[in-house]
Amino acid sequence: MSGRNGAPALALDDLRVAYTVRGIDRPVLRGVTLEIAPGESYGLVGESGCGKSTAAFAIMHYLARNGKVTGGSIRLAGRELVAMSDAEVRALRSREMSMVYQNPGAALNPSIRIGTQVAEVYRLLGSPAEEARERSEEILRRVQISDPARVLRRYPHQLSGGMQQRVVIAMALASDPTLLILDEPTTGLDATVEAEVLELVAELRSDLGTSVLFISHNLAVIARMCERVGVLYAGRLVEEGRTRTLFEDPRHPYTVGLLRCIPRGGLRKDAKRLDTIPGLLPQLGAELPGCVFTDRCGLARTICREQEPAFHGLGDGHSSRCHFHDEAQSLPREAPTTAGMRRPKGAPVLRVEHMGKTFRQEGHQVRALSDVSVEIRPGETLGLVGESGSGKTTLARLLLGLTAPDEGSVAELDGRSLPPTITQRSGDDVRALQIVFQDPDCALNRRHSVRRILGRALTKLLDVSGEERASRLRELAASVRFDGRLLGARPVQLSGGLKQRVAIARAFAGEPRLVVCDEPTSALDVSVQAAILNLLVDLQGNQGVSYLFISHDLGVVRYLADRIAVLYLGRLMELGDADTVFEAPHHPYTEALLSSVPTLEGEQRPRIRLQGEIPSAADPPSGCVFHTRCPRKVGEICEREEPPLLEVEPGHMMRCHIPLEELRRLQATPPSPSRPEGA
Amino acid sequence: MSRPEEQVILAEHPVPEAPPEERDEARLARRERLRLLARSKTFLAGVFLFGVFVFCAIFGPAVVPYDPFGAPTDLLDKLQPPSTEHLFGTDQLGRDVFSRVVVGARDILAVSVAATLLGVVLGAALGLVTGYFRGVIDEVLMRIVDAFLAVPLVILATVALVALGPSKGTLIVVIGIVFAPIIARTVRAAVLSERELEYVEAARLRNERAPYIMFAEILPNVTAPIVVEFTVRLGYAIFAIATLTFLGFGVQPPSPDWGLQIKENYVILNGGYWWPTLFPALAIALLVVSINLIADGLTRVVEA
Repeated sequence: MSGRNGAPALALDDLRVAYTVRGIDRPVLRGVTLEIAPGESYGLVGESGCGKSTAAFAIMHYLARNGKVTGGSIRLAGRELVAMSDAEVRALRSREMSMVYQNPGAALNPSIRIGTQVAEVYRLLGSPAEEARERSEEILRRVQISDPARVLRRYPHQLSGGMQQRVVIAMALASDPTLLILDEPTTGLDATVEAEVLELVAELRSDLGTSVLFISHNLAVIARMCERVGVLYAGRLVEEGRTRTLFEDPRHPYTVGLLRCIPRGGLRKDAKRLDTIPGLLPQLGAELPGCVFTDRCGLARTICREQEPAFHGLGDGHSSRCHFHDEAQSLPREAPTTAGMRRPKGAPVLRVEHMGKTFRQEGHQVRALSDVSVEIRPGETLGLVGESGSGKTTLARLLLGLTAPDEGSVAELDGRSLPPTITQRSGDDVRALQIVFQDPDCALNRRHSVRRILGRALTKLLDVSGEERASRLRELAASVRFDGRLLGARPVQLSGGLKQRVAIARAFAGEPRLVVCDEPTSALDVSVQAAILNLLVDLQGNQGVSYLFISHDLGVVRYLADRIAVLYLGRLMELGDADTVFEAPHHPYTEALLSSVPTLEGEQRPRIRLQGEIPSAADPPSGCVFHTRCPRKVGEICEREEPPLLEVEPGHMMRCHIPLEELRRLQATPPSPSRPEGA
Repeated sequence: MSRPEEQVILAEHPVPEAPPEERDEARLARRERLRLLARSKTFLAGVFLFGVFVFCAIFGPAVVPYDPFGAPTDLLDKLQPPSTEHLFGTDQLGRDVFSRVVVGARDILAVSVAATLLGVVLGAALGLVTGYFRGVIDEVLMRIVDAFLAVPLVILATVALVALGPSKGTLIVVIGIVFAPIIARTVRAAVLSERELEYVEAARLRNERAPYIMFAEILPNVTAPIVVEFTVRLGYAIFAIATLTFLGFGVQPPSPDWGLQIKENYVILNGGYWWPTLFPALAIALLVVSINLIADGLTRVVEA
């Protein structure tokens, strides 16, 4: 199973891959050399477009039609793959290497039962039907699916995302491969589910001794999962080393920059601006005679432009491809924040009371949101957290008037009653509440130019035209630091960060009072995310706008939010100042959310795992809705009686039967292991 | 587990924040699409064939060797087999079949293009309205469409033509109206997925009215399926027109319409006079094939 005669499980030597685009070969991997020892877990990080997935596809012989290996070698346990025929590689893929993709929904055939799909792997390996079925059950049990027989009868769409990914992992491991490639396996999943899947992969790996190539843009996930890391930039490995060493003592300006972009360690917006990496990845296939990072490097000198740096060894397997690796950590930092943060004050901009929303679905009632009361003051950021399905987006849509709330919901804007839907609201009300969506590709009309998108918003929201509109447009673009020369461009011509700037500008066109930010940075790379977060902070400082900030990234929420609301199954579980909510004592659900987030510092918090998935809102549990998954459930009262949302200390609301002092005591010590519970 | 296709790679590639003159990615993408078209042999063959017919339609009367409507003396030459003098032979009235086939391209092209355009305009509007509003409007309109689609096209058209009297104008209106529901379905499907995108909500959040959202926001994003639908329907329109004229409901004699020529001459096929029927029939087939080749090429590039 592991390498013959001690050969590494995977060895890439000067691997070069190019894509032929418009008749020209454009190099994507420019000579990547790395080795993964038998049983080792190796992480590959870098921003999108660096070539991470291309490397994986090249290894699997899955390159797109226009991609080809132009040089170097790929050896799997000593065997050369580059020259192999497709048939040989196919045989190898069925036994020796497997890959797990980001989107498990797309990796499973929607029209074939899980059982048939899993069994197929064994059939290919030569098992007869009956044995294949038994082994399928066995492997599903292995990936901790509690009722494999039932899952095998299901179709993929009947399983949750986390469950689907388990099945895919089970299929990948079925042949007991030498090498398992995981390409962003948890990126689309909730933090709680991600934590479970990661834990599972870690356990299986230590059981089976499989070598793993783990690809992720999330440094914290890599820190948790991998022994060694390679940092890829523009198709070149720029730094490599043991995970701990590399993250604690990075020696390449790109790694240093990446690590600084991430809001962590409880960093807050009033304390410090986030560092960014200026510029963009070089064009696909650009000529890069010197160091690939030169154009974005704060330390670049003449030699960097002219001469490609060697891979300097720094001892203990740590190497950096930088001429000035000893200076890397002196990379210039972002200037400290200049726009003074105003403390949020005054009467609330927006107040909602008993906000609820019931959807009717095939006869049953689904309570997506139930009795939520919050207020947001001018210049304040309210962070909204919770797993998917907790009602975050529903609340946002109700506020914006895109959906009508249930009877009895009360909303007030600046003390005046706010009609429930857009069509009933006045122009001023519509202007006052705007949104920045998660995915700018969907949120901007791809057939309209930036000028038209922003101009139309100005016309409709401010009723300006002619010269006034033109000058407003220029101001607006400047306020989000969008280059005025690009106004004629269409969204496809812009990078992700620029597109999101346009989306932000559109939200700010009508001088809003409150902007809903629905995961505005989760589609972006960390360096771009940092720039966008800085922009949001600046805009708030200058214009006193309030934000309702929805994110699953708790580090980002903590950086930006003044207060935090935690939602679970449409109920407000906890509400309070950001620090109060993040520091114990907090609601058991908040505690579980926080502990599921991997950190760059590695394990330090006791880990609380939530069992199973969020229950269906169509059939919520009795009593406290969280009792089915609560690691601190006290007893029968939790199943019988829904706890009220109480102000447990000034400005801190919580919905839990456990008294605050008890929580404080419990959360000071590591929790007892959680009980298994049928999902 | 699908393999990433070429387009994915193109889209994934980030465009640098450089001055606009260096960043003409959209134009390049459009040119790339044209290049793909230009490389597609089927598409080129279709365009060439179709071009020949368009040339005939425009310049036909000026270039044909004989008067397609015949001269009194022609009767002496009736039913001559194909020869160097009469490439496609002559018909029962001694008219040159080649000249009639060439000139006949004009009517059928004009009528089919006009009818398909009418169908696309009506269908796109119907598809946008039903797809955007959904709910009751959608239900009612789509049930009517279903009912419409259940009746065979030729019967529907025959009834209308009998009621309104046969003429080119009636033919255009009838075929346009019969096609509209079919096109509406395709457009509606595209609109349904498009309206879920967040730019539509962004438009609602600046108080846009429904017509603006439908026609200025959504319509530009569903042009690709509309163009494909147009070419596909054009082929069917030619077929429908030929059928209807063959049945006697379309263009009236002495027009050199292809369907009409077949109608006038197929009775004498048994006598061994195959040429006055075969050549107009071949013309219809070739024209439909050329349009289908174009539609094929377009579909592949649009869907790639």
